[in-house]
Amino acid sequence: MKVADIIEKLDLKVIGGEEGLQNEITGGYTSDLLSDVMGNVDEGDVWITLQTHRNVMAVASLKEVAAVIIVKGLEADENTINQSNDEGIPLLSTEMETFELSGKLYQMLNE
Amino acid sequence: MRRFKADLHMHTVLSPCGSLEMSPVVIVDKALERGIDIIGITDHNSTRQCAEVYKVGQQKGVTVFCGAEVTTKEEVHCLTFFENFEKLDAFQAYLDKHLPEIPNDPERFGHQVWVDADEEILGQEERLLISAIDQSIDEVESKVRELDGLFIPAHIFRPSFSVYSQLGFMPFDIKPDAIGISSRYNVEEQLNKHTELKQFTVLRSSDAHFPEQIGIHYTVVEMEEPSFEEFRKALHNVEGRRVIELR
Repeated sequence: MKVADIIEKLDLKVIGGEEGLQNEITGGYTSDLLSDVMGNVDEGDVWITLQTHRNVMAVASLKEVAAVIIVKGLEADENTINQSNDEGIPLLSTEMETFELSGKLYQMLNE
Repeated sequence: MRRFKADLHMHTVLSPCGSLEMSPVVIVDKALERGIDIIGITDHNSTRQCAEVYKVGQQKGVTVFCGAEVTTKEEVHCLTFFENFEKLDAFQAYLDKHLPEIPNDPERFGHQVWVDADEEILGQEERLLISAIDQSIDEVESKVRELDGLFIPAHIFRPSFSVYSQLGFMPFDIKPDAIGISSRYNVEEQLNKHTELKQFTVLRSSDAHFPEQIGIHYTVVEMEEPSFEEFRKALHNVEGRRVIELR
């Protein structure tokens, strides 16, 4: 499954990093502690978080995630969006809460 | 040049987690007893106890730096200090504006009152002070800069409420005046692991919540006098002023 596919199925908004929309998704990870994400997210995961700080994209890049999804309609900081564009890692947004989004994505990836 | 012992992170009776014993007189007396020259008053998201501690400190000969321990939107704890009450009040207005309307439950979290030198209650904060304010670490830093204060991320390696737990690493565009590292970490080891931090002055403090904890850890600073401006110089290694030891 590609990032573009989940955008369509989950009705996600693309905030930045359009270059990476064809990234292949191999799994998912949900966490708001960046220290935890640095230690536990896998390459190719979609990372679900409510953090909007620029460090999110730095960690996303370091760990080579497929995409980042920010929940609850929270607005990403401007420099977070800029870094998403620079890195070419899609930064996506949804009005859904973490629980609902993680559940839906889990189901899609395991169908 | 003289040497001063500074313990710049402690909570008073105002913080819900601070002991009800942590009144201005008790804090200042304990600092004197322990030979601490400078104390920092850093309640969670409030500066309202500072003025009374400052007054008692003036009378008894302990320098009091006034500020708060802010919980940013990312739930990172940062110490802030301001050089006069005009700036401190401006920062209090900022905190009041950005602290969410979540009521404190004193039974569960503890009381949030501030008191005078006679331990008479002067006021009570109704909102839960241990909530996060709705401002990012960058926004808090900017506000502190605007007020020419000191910005010092607290206990940066702690597994919770720290820069490293919440944000993974020190954001590159943040330029703190110093960083706090708690006593359970070996500073040299940590700085070798995180070389990006070598440019910053490290402070160690007690983070006291009870009188007995005041001064159990402190920072030795070499400067001309125990003033805010001299201390700022020491943090930035200016004109021979410097931090010389963490205890």
